[in-house]
Amino acid sequence: MRYQVILEGRGDLEEWRNAARAYVCANIRPEYMEWVVEKSAPDLFSATERQHTPVLAHLREHIFVPPAFLKLAEAAICHTAPDRFDTLYKVLFHLQDDRFLLNDRSNSNIARLHQLANNVRRDSHKMKAFVRFREVPNAAANRRRFVAWFEPDHFIVERTAPFFQKRFTDMDWLIASPKGTAAWDGTTLKTSRKPSPRPEATDQMDELWQTYFANIFNPARLKLKAMQSEMPKKYWKNMPEAALIPELIEKAEARVRNMHAAQAKQPPTFHQRLQEKWKAEGEVPSLLSPFEQLQHQAAQCTACSLHCNATQTVFGEGATDASIMFVGEQPGDHEDLTGRPFVGPAGELFDQALNAAGIDRLKIYVTNAVKHFKHIQRGKRRLHERPNTQEIEHCRWWLAKELGLVQPNVVVAMGATAYLSLSGERKPIAEIRGAPIPMANNIMMLVTTHPAAILRMPDKRKQEKMREIFVQDIRAATHLCATLPARNLSP
Amino acid sequence: MQKSLKERLAILSDAAKYDASCASSGTTKRDAMESGGLGSTEGMGICHAYTPDGRCISLLKILMTNFCIYDCAYCINRSSSNVARARFTPEEVVWLTLEFYRRNYIEGLFLSSGIIRSSDDTMEQMVKIAQTLRQEHNFRGYIHLKTIPKASDDLIEKAGQFADRLSINIELPTDKGLETYAPEKQPQNIRKSMGQLRLKIEEHGEKSYSGKRKRFAPGGQSTQMIVGADGANDATILGSSARLYSSYGLKRVYYSAFSPIPDSSKNLPLIKPPLIREHRLYQADWLYRFYGFDVHEITQIGQNGMLDLELDPKLAWALGNRGRFPVDVNRADKEMLLRIPGFGLKTVNRILSARKHKNLRLEDLGRFGVSTAKARYFIVADGWSPHRTLDRANLRQLFAPQPEQLQLL
Repeated sequence: MRYQVILEGRGDLEEWRNAARAYVCANIRPEYMEWVVEKSAPDLFSATERQHTPVLAHLREHIFVPPAFLKLAEAAICHTAPDRFDTLYKVLFHLQDDRFLLNDRSNSNIARLHQLANNVRRDSHKMKAFVRFREVPNAAANRRRFVAWFEPDHFIVERTAPFFQKRFTDMDWLIASPKGTAAWDGTTLKTSRKPSPRPEATDQMDELWQTYFANIFNPARLKLKAMQSEMPKKYWKNMPEAALIPELIEKAEARVRNMHAAQAKQPPTFHQRLQEKWKAEGEVPSLLSPFEQLQHQAAQCTACSLHCNATQTVFGEGATDASIMFVGEQPGDHEDLTGRPFVGPAGELFDQALNAAGIDRLKIYVTNAVKHFKHIQRGKRRLHERPNTQEIEHCRWWLAKELGLVQPNVVVAMGATAYLSLSGERKPIAEIRGAPIPMANNIMMLVTTHPAAILRMPDKRKQEKMREIFVQDIRAATHLCATLPARNLSP
Repeated sequence: MQKSLKERLAILSDAAKYDASCASSGTTKRDAMESGGLGSTEGMGICHAYTPDGRCISLLKILMTNFCIYDCAYCINRSSSNVARARFTPEEVVWLTLEFYRRNYIEGLFLSSGIIRSSDDTMEQMVKIAQTLRQEHNFRGYIHLKTIPKASDDLIEKAGQFADRLSINIELPTDKGLETYAPEKQPQNIRKSMGQLRLKIEEHGEKSYSGKRKRFAPGGQSTQMIVGADGANDATILGSSARLYSSYGLKRVYYSAFSPIPDSSKNLPLIKPPLIREHRLYQADWLYRFYGFDVHEITQIGQNGMLDLELDPKLAWALGNRGRFPVDVNRADKEMLLRIPGFGLKTVNRILSARKHKNLRLEDLGRFGVSTAKARYFIVADGWSPHRTLDRANLRQLFAPQPEQLQLL
């Protein structure tokens, strides 16, 4: 025996669900089901016939479905394809034996269900995109009123209406379609599944919109297929801008040809004035202090290739008459972004150590041996890479200028790179740490570890020890500074 | 004589069309129900129309003014160009945005500008427009602002408060190119602005101790690179964009095929925009960002650091690395499945979940909505093997477009 179910079938899930529930409870196999859509002439079936439901056995108490099924069903039921009810019923029925059925996209029923749901979602998305409101006079003076006419493929008006409600909250609107209507008046969203006549309206804004459409189009890159796959012709008749498309296409080639043919003209007069102004700005303003001039020059440095990959030159900063100068290796990720030395994680450790040693960072001068961040890319991150001898050599020039300008009593070289840059030789830090090394111009150098090396130490206890030694070294630098005779600051 | 609004709209949208981005995606979800105002964002953007160039119109993309003190050779608005000039008042931009939005033409505003007087002066007016939309008109749609290099920190902070996305164009893939074609722009300043934006976005992304996040450009930052104006090859271009992604956490790098402009500079080639090249670059960009490919892997396959124009980069890579195929769809790990030509992220996820139930056959893949036209030569499935196809010397011909046949005159 076959069971026939007659539905209105205009996107109402509840209607199908009530019927389907009863038949699944009675364990009626999909092969015995026939789903029929009520024709537009309702008297094809008499009222009694429609309400006739066979007496069904009640073999199951409850039906369970995964939440994903309901989501799919809500979409698929809005489709106009005649097999929508049958497909849904098949999946519902088999889900009772295999609750993971939905995961098998190679099953033909599941594939079809997804296809139905996707068609509906796409249609709904296109409705959100292609509905065009036109303004009409409103009796209520405090709210503006708009109407739209849209022709969807499926029964999606009710499903899509909340989108418009949430977006166009402060205006009254009506969207009419052959498959139902939706209207909002600021308090209630009313929807109907009945076909509606087309509201007549014209709107002057359409002309400005067409102006925009025509001018944002680039005639040199015609890609008609791309346009039509996303905006199929069936939608064009209700979109004011689409009327321009044929002419835009037709004239595109000639417009490009004219662009090519046109001779370059003389630049307008204001161009000359601007160019002169630029030239004047290009020179280093002479009012800058010697340090600012140095900073300005360093910012333009292209002596090695590091500048191409880094954000900016990270020059030294601090007191330009400081008696202690700290030199690190090179800026890290954070320093590169901010343009300031020692502001990242290593900078934080450095600051803590200065605090512990009782030094005010504002009274010292802090810089790096290399002024650009050298790194390698690992996926979405930048990892520090040690600068090579050549890069250090190029950047020594700037460090020498900084030394000459600040003229400190003591220079603290943090790490091997700083030592190499200051002394010109490579030595293991452990060998030279702690003992004052005399440099040219009566400057004393002290060598210590780089704070980043402390951060890299995985053993927490050893790390703590290194930290203590680092603070001691900084203290030693201040003591050394205090024992040295006062220097003559003027060259 | 003052030009009409319509005339100025024509000029200032024409001036904006060389910016490829029109995206309205990636921001927070919000709507107007609570405020009773206007506008919403869905997370996923909506394209409200398509022009015959195949590009989507999602935002009202206009310039505040096309007067500009810079003279960048590739730009229609450079100071030496004779293009008609115009400007909008902030009120006009606000009005146009709202009226277009009410008619469901657009998702919001993408505002850019030529640089007038100073960076701060220009940025200030742009921020004012965004602020008016948000605060006076309760507008909750999408706003994308172009940031002007060297604008003050304070203005950038405000811009991020009102805009969903901020962007600054890198314009050309190398510093050398920029020096040649945009002599007044300093690559360092562009990078500095991007670095500043990244820091602000990250800082505001973290919850403060009161648990509230202060809003700053929730849609992130993006940039654009012009392709085909200077001599940079694809390896250089992709290397540059990989660097930008990793350095500044960009949401997108847009590639814009250099397109002839009216009253073009004599220094630039008048070429047909390299649309296929642009397309291949986007594909390669995707492979790099979502498919686990290294830029170097993609670019070393072709000649002279250029991508193959006839084949998509994934297929080109597979043909160059035949030894790694065929891949068994029932056993391979996700990383390798992602490298099969014709398989997208969705396909791979579907395979991974479906193969828990059964051994997959070639026909099963067809039902996932996958075209196996390409993939079939690179995979093994239940009852399917490409046998020795992969060893064929002319394998490339299976995929490359057929050469056009000569016609008898």
